[in-house]
Amino acid sequence: MKKPEKLIVDGKRLDGRTPDELRPLKIEAGILERADGSASVELGANKVLAAVYGPREMHPRHLQQPDTAVLRCRYNMAPFSVDERKRPGPDRRSVEISKVTREALEPVLFLELYPRSAIDVFIEVLQADAGTRTAGITAAAVALADAGVPMRDMISSVAVGKIDDTRVLDLTKDEDNWGTTDMPIAMMPRKKLITLLQMDGHFAKEEFGQALDLAFKGCEQIYGAQRQALRDKYAIKKGE
Amino acid sequence: MYKIVSSVKRDYIADLVRQGKRIDARTLDQFREISIEVGPVKSAQGSALVKIGKTQVIAGVKVEHAEPFADKPDSGMLIVNAELLPLASPTFEPGRPSENAIELARVVDRGIRESDAIDLEKLVIKSSEDVWAVFIDIYVLDHDGNLIDASALAAMAALLNAKPLEDEAWTLPEFPIQKKPVAVTVAKINDKLMVDPCLDEEGVMDARITIATIEDGSICAMQKGGIKCFSREELEQAYELARVKGSELRAKLG
Repeated sequence: MKKPEKLIVDGKRLDGRTPDELRPLKIEAGILERADGSASVELGANKVLAAVYGPREMHPRHLQQPDTAVLRCRYNMAPFSVDERKRPGPDRRSVEISKVTREALEPVLFLELYPRSAIDVFIEVLQADAGTRTAGITAAAVALADAGVPMRDMISSVAVGKIDDTRVLDLTKDEDNWGTTDMPIAMMPRKKLITLLQMDGHFAKEEFGQALDLAFKGCEQIYGAQRQALRDKYAIKKGE
Repeated sequence: MYKIVSSVKRDYIADLVRQGKRIDARTLDQFREISIEVGPVKSAQGSALVKIGKTQVIAGVKVEHAEPFADKPDSGMLIVNAELLPLASPTFEPGRPSENAIELARVVDRGIRESDAIDLEKLVIKSSEDVWAVFIDIYVLDHDGNLIDASALAAMAALLNAKPLEDEAWTLPEFPIQKKPVAVTVAKINDKLMVDPCLDEEGVMDARITIATIEDGSICAMQKGGIKCFSREELEQAYELARVKGSELRAKLG
């Protein structure tokens, strides 16, 4: 596909969305049998799985911390998840994303309750269409809740950006490639505290604030879907 | 990456911060002394040694022929790499690049790439076949905190110092630099924000945010780090600090 002349025509984006509209979102909790907690997130063409193991004994043991659990996160993309086959295994991008994912999730966990243990979060991207790190964090937060790990708040995550000089929510791959700015954000939706913020591209002074507004709005919707997913799994239905 | 700080010192730093003071007698919006020495390495196309307080980072620019990426046949290449040398800190070990080294390289890369600091379109020799690849290697020599700002500054100073290549294929009169992005890292300790955290402050900080800005004060890259969070007001305050301090740093680039 060639770059279209305009990414927004008559207020509609290439896929027909308005600037402040999320792609179709589906979240499910508890979809993996063996994991202590798990979740899947489908956001537009993104398909992401997250699994949580733990709190469990930390191996190797020399990484144990006497006063706290250690959160470990691995973000990984399947070789078949992108147009051109991705070489399996961690690359620089995924190492960085794993790090910021850990830092995005850690603020809501009571790690001090589980000394010497590890909480492992595995995120696998099966199909990618921009926004996989935020979809992964959204999935991982649900998986942590599904695992019964105590949390101060949920973590909801979404990307905002700028295309055709307009701030938009939840960019697709095409919008990310041809747009000017991409800003992934994760936050505690109730406390409105930001736990992940990255940005590349260009924001003038007032645009940053506008982008934050949009991100807050998007995360609120994501949060609603996360709660619904957990409710769908755990709510006691009539007649049960 | 960060030093383990004793609880006595931790309390001391926290106490000072509460009064708006810092362990090395700086104000919250004050950088340590900054020096930039350009061209210390003659074997590189461009180089710079940056000191922020006792932190020392050297950056070297090398330019080589390369085959362009298939999806960018008419663009030169930018490759940023960072080494946390074992000589720079007792916590740095030889071996594969750590997560921190990778993050450092990628944050510096993002600031330079996204601001179009280098006019990569000028670095094409033959479309789809031969372009110039600009390698920026960041060498951390002494780690006393705030490696990101020091590295970004060293990288930019090295680029500005880069000489035209002595090669038949090189036709440009000078190295095509068009913007000067500068990164400012703001640390948060006990709900107070401060620029340029030293090593002890990094050891006790709750979180940090790095904001790279260009000449007009607009943002070209950001990265939050650390295991706690920022409120919206804090982010806006951090941006203000990054804008003001960024232009001070940029002035030092000449």
